[in-house]
Amino acid sequence: MADQTKNQGGSVLRIEEISKSFGPVSALEGVTLHLEPGEVLGLVGSNGAGKSTLVKIITGYYQPDGGRIWVDGEPVEFKSVDDARAHGIETVFQDLALVDELSVYHNLFLNRELTVGRGLRFLRNKRMKEEARRYLSDIQVSIPSVDTPVEKLSGGQRQAIAVARATRQPGMKILLLDEPLAAMGAREASLIIALVKNLAREHGVSMLVVDHNYTHIFELCDRINVIEQGRVTLDKRVEETSLGELTEFMLTSYKQQLQYG
Amino acid sequence: MGTPVATASTEGRGIPAAPTRPSRWRRLIQGQELVVTLVGIALIIFFSVATSAFATGSNLSTVSGYIAPILILAVAEVPVLTLGEIDLSVGGVYVLSPFLVVYLNNAGIPPLLGIIITLVIGIVIGIINGLITVYLRVPSFITTLGTVFALEGIVLLSSNGIQVNPVGGDTLAQVLGAWQFSSILWALGIAVALHIVFRHTSFGLHITATGGNVTASAESGVKVGWVRVACFAICSLLGAFLGILDGYRIGSLNPGTDGLTLMFYGVAAAVVGGTALTGGKGTIIGAAIGAIVLGVLEDGFNIMGINAFAYQLVLGLAILGAMILNIQMDSLRAGRRGGGRARKKSARGADPGAGQSLPSVEDDSSPESASTH
Ligand SMILES: Nc1ncnc2c1ncn2[C@@H]1O[C@H](COP(=O)(O)OP(=O)(O)OP(=O)(O)O)[C@@H](O)[C@H]1O
Ligand SMILES: [Mg+2]
Repeated sequence: MADQTKNQGGSVLRIEEISKSFGPVSALEGVTLHLEPGEVLGLVGSNGAGKSTLVKIITGYYQPDGGRIWVDGEPVEFKSVDDARAHGIETVFQDLALVDELSVYHNLFLNRELTVGRGLRFLRNKRMKEEARRYLSDIQVSIPSVDTPVEKLSGGQRQAIAVARATRQPGMKILLLDEPLAAMGAREASLIIALVKNLAREHGVSMLVVDHNYTHIFELCDRINVIEQGRVTLDKRVEETSLGELTEFMLTSYKQQLQYG
Repeated sequence: MGTPVATASTEGRGIPAAPTRPSRWRRLIQGQELVVTLVGIALIIFFSVATSAFATGSNLSTVSGYIAPILILAVAEVPVLTLGEIDLSVGGVYVLSPFLVVYLNNAGIPPLLGIIITLVIGIVIGIINGLITVYLRVPSFITTLGTVFALEGIVLLSSNGIQVNPVGGDTLAQVLGAWQFSSILWALGIAVALHIVFRHTSFGLHITATGGNVTASAESGVKVGWVRVACFAICSLLGAFLGILDGYRIGSLNPGTDGLTLMFYGVAAAVVGGTALTGGKGTIIGAAIGAIVLGVLEDGFNIMGINAFAYQLVLGLAILGAMILNIQMDSLRAGRRGGGRARKKSARGADPGAGQSLPSVEDDSSPESASTH
């Protein structure tokens, strides 16, 4: 295993031998991967492979049982989502992390409300509404109104709000996207893809994208990692592989799992 | 903040303009709150016309005495109910607290200091309820059912079942409940303060968020464990305070007081006013109006000489009606996504990440309320 003081080669994120179990279920069994500045890394794998668990560990929601994480070469141990955010890590969770009862703008600002006063922090609802409206129209997300409770939005609109909440953050260095396009129509998906690409190319944000749609993966990513049964089993740059090869690889390993697993 | 970090290539498609804003008054009282307000006004008119004793100065103090305890318990329960939890123990805290002041006084601690210590004990009981519920994952109904019996037992044991008189000088007693309108003024003040915290602060927003979806809130970084414990602490604190107020108002302390029933009146008022027991939806104003309606009803029935049991019957029907109204209005609002609220609501049994450490308490209030509308 790597020595903590060793130079980590400029990776913005590096994780080594991360493991995590939920009772008897072992979700991750020693995942090692790295993410370079401005790079978009695709993470693919079958259902239950451990992708979301990995995302939740990087974002501080779960604490790993073992292994180590470096951000910008500095070893980190996130105790909470806020810890990870303080290091510029933003996340779009697979379940979107939206509260149905709250309005769009309260969801966009949840836990990062604009407030005045210390101790009891009073909400600046007008400012939040204005900023929410402005940002959503900047990124061309159309919804009836920022006052609408998110329970009234369509699946794709909800997903757009979840993505917008993460991408709105100014200090962001690393963006984790767990199936961000799953419920989106073609137009909305291409808007989000453009937004995400722009973040990477123009603003140097590094990204980890989980997606079951390999076309999206090839469109978005610079490099692909396959995760199977809690381990990374393939690491290739997109130009070194193809849609066909990736599909073939997944099928083969799936068959092997059926035979030996 | 606010300068967007990125923009996709623009093609000039803005979002449609927001619909016209409802008036400030309409937004303050809406939906079920409005219905209950109208019911309350109708009741007041009815009792004023039907009896000569209702619309009198002396009855104003009587009806205040009915309303104040229900109102305080109702607004105390709203944050807890909004979390999808309930605090039954507040009924026990209510019975215990004035006795604690007396016991502390017997031990040589002056009444005012004794009251402060008692309020702190109230907070501690709430924190214990919260910790057991959140971290040991015992449903709050069970946790607080246990505490309420334990607390009432403590009162009966320690008092030998004998009534005592509250302690403290006349001014203290007058301010804390003995003067005929002191309880209702305290109740209204508490309701206003809680409304502001609940509707206009980030803590209040986090209560609604946690009650609506605890996992999503935790993923957003909300300290859901702390929020839940804090709501139990607030509820219990208010129960302790009400116990002291009622001690001075009534003038004697009965160890056999049925705190549990009073607590349920508070929950009933909250529900009648539009707070959902399923969590994610609560209103302090609605709870206060609900308490006024229940108090007026009780008082009016008394004046008309209607059997006290009839009050129970009407109360039961009112709760049922309010629940049905609540759910129907919800599915009306939710429209085609009407089934959306059927998903898991429980604030308990969340995954490990939902457990959070408790940061320092944020309760030193800031006076400048720059709340925006
Ligand atoms: N909170 C939890 N409690 C218990 N088991 C869990 C929990 N979260 C995940 N698991 C288990 O861990 C394994 C990995 O789950 P994970 O959600 O990371 O998979 P995934 O790769 O994201 O799958 P999908 O593609 O379906 O989203 C699964 O077997 C799952 O059942
Ligand atoms: Mg997943």
